[in-house]
Amino acid sequence: MITVKGVTPIDGISAFRRLFSCKKNKKIICKALKRSLLVSLWFVFLTFPIMVIKVNPVERTVSWRWGNIFYVAIGSFVISLLAKAWLVRKERLAARQQAAACPARDSIIHDLLQRPGYRYPLIILFSGVALVFPHLFSTYQANIMTTALMYIVLGLGLNIVVGVAGLLDLGYVAFYAIGAYSYALLNLHFHLGFWAALPIGGLLAALFGVLLGFPVLRLRGDYLAIVTLGFGEIIRLILENWNAFSKGPSGISNIPRPGFFGVEMSLDQAMIYMYYLMIGLVILTIFVVNRLQHSRLGRAWLALREDEIACQAMGIDKTRIKLTAFALGAFWAGLIGVIFAAKTTFVNPASFTFMESAIILAIVVLGGMGSIVGVILGALILILLPEYLRALSEYRMLAFGAILVAMMIFKPEGLIAGVRRTYCFQGRKNAAALQDDE
Amino acid sequence: MMNKRMNKPILDVSGLTMDFGGIRALDHLDFDVQDKEIVALIGPNGAGKTTLFNCLTGIYRPSSGDIQLVCPETGEQTRLNDLKPNKITEKGMARTFQNIRLFSRMTVLENVMIGRHCRTRSLILGAILRDRRTREEEQETVNKSYEILEKIGLAGQVNEFAGNLSYGAQRRLEIGRALATEPFLLLLDEPAAGMNPQETAVLVALIRQIRDEGHAILLIEHDMKLVMTLSDRIVVMDYGEKIAQGTPAQIRTNREVIKAYLGEDVG
Repeated sequence: MITVKGVTPIDGISAFRRLFSCKKNKKIICKALKRSLLVSLWFVFLTFPIMVIKVNPVERTVSWRWGNIFYVAIGSFVISLLAKAWLVRKERLAARQQAAACPARDSIIHDLLQRPGYRYPLIILFSGVALVFPHLFSTYQANIMTTALMYIVLGLGLNIVVGVAGLLDLGYVAFYAIGAYSYALLNLHFHLGFWAALPIGGLLAALFGVLLGFPVLRLRGDYLAIVTLGFGEIIRLILENWNAFSKGPSGISNIPRPGFFGVEMSLDQAMIYMYYLMIGLVILTIFVVNRLQHSRLGRAWLALREDEIACQAMGIDKTRIKLTAFALGAFWAGLIGVIFAAKTTFVNPASFTFMESAIILAIVVLGGMGSIVGVILGALILILLPEYLRALSEYRMLAFGAILVAMMIFKPEGLIAGVRRTYCFQGRKNAAALQDDE
Repeated sequence: MMNKRMNKPILDVSGLTMDFGGIRALDHLDFDVQDKEIVALIGPNGAGKTTLFNCLTGIYRPSSGDIQLVCPETGEQTRLNDLKPNKITEKGMARTFQNIRLFSRMTVLENVMIGRHCRTRSLILGAILRDRRTREEEQETVNKSYEILEKIGLAGQVNEFAGNLSYGAQRRLEIGRALATEPFLLLLDEPAAGMNPQETAVLVALIRQIRDEGHAILLIEHDMKLVMTLSDRIVVMDYGEKIAQGTPAQIRTNREVIKAYLGEDVG
């Protein structure tokens, strides 16, 4: 059974009561009922082959489970109605807000982070939980969390390119691969350690970001997406087929884990060490990305996203701004690539398929483009949820798709709408006191 | 022509031609703009006025001809033909657009701050470390932007999103954003289009004030009342050619101009 996320039953019911209480709403209700009926019929038709027909190849029989039709019909009818009610309620809320001329409400999290009274306790709480996490739970949990933290950094990196500068990049995984392979190869040929490879991997990825940037400077939107997608595939295919260089599909193994002043570590300790390393890197990323977004450069990226021609007419060097966005986005992917290689001690091209790019992009879009808190939340949900839903692993992609579709309908701006920290001008003396929200 | 001027022009266009395939949008156009002068560019629809603006600002690359920009203070002369739009803005010529092109999801202040981009220097490292120089530069950007907003009368809406402003205010904000790039020549593409008489009056006063502060202005406009009261000189275009130029009084009685606007006199 497919469920639509984002509609809590209480929401729907209260909205419904309000709908029925008013007489002039009858028309809307009739329309909603009609549409829901159509939706349920459509769902019956769509799910007919899986829900009704059951073929048993061993006994060579076909059983018809007609009863299932009713479940599907009723289920989709109710869900459709609830969704309609939710949308109507949202529209009314927006209309009322507009009528009252009050500015759109920030999301609760942004709101809380803005108030110093909540901001610091919240940060302390989060860092406390983050610090004791691996000691409270098993190493397995810490390991999963490390992966989620890696995707946070990847998401924040892609967020610079997609969320802030508005350049749709579908080949982001290429930079991740470049980081991973640069550590693997440098270690294989020159016995370079993790700490030396980390900056090199990042910088190499940034360099490739610039290299990719040059040919796509003139492209926008769909065209840019296609070319970057192609770039991602090119890198993967090179790694897969150039055996002499990358050892092909069999990959490179025995990559050393990160060292800590030469201390010998057991596997568990190494995992926990990795976890703390990622916590540090996430904090660094948030700090840097946040500062970049709210600088002269970040403003130029936003302007570029808004209107390229006006941006250039205002004296912004489009070429340079785009290339910096690509390079700075790719840099984080390179860093995480090195960490990935060190964490799994093995790299092969199969880890860097288009699916990875898609997941990272989904993190950014689902979380809320341009919002740092949103991207963090998006990464945690998209990476942790499938891990804890292992039992449903066969339906993972189905649920994934359903969640994304539902998101686009109910919250097209992402979990946390990209509320930007704008310059709040408060008199000339203490001009541009920055209003913090992230 | 009476315009035998003593000072050198700050913008000198000669023989400018622009072809789009077989269509000649601009045909050997010659004109100039002097320092601290308001020049209006008029002509029927499709005469090539906006094409001319796009050639001047580097959005189109002209097929032939010459565009020279001379900085009135340093006397530095630059050929604009092959420069990118952002370089041209850096040289001191800024523009507004016929169809408003503000960054609507950025605040009023941020829009003007974008204009300061080419006059400021801080880079990635400065942004990350936020050192004293970067902070000072940022502060200066904010202050200068606010001054411009006071001048164009939008200081009260400094934290508003640009997209939420009224039409007239958006037009003025575009001018403010262009002013923030510190131009000596300002190109306005139909600044009064769609404005009500009251908004137009505010705009006229603003354009005068900008001129008095030492900027030259080249503007495209269809509002003849505005053109006649405001401009020092008028250039008239039709079918990509310049058909007349002179003071408002001269243009008003020019037969060619009347013909272009009203059609041939029968008889």
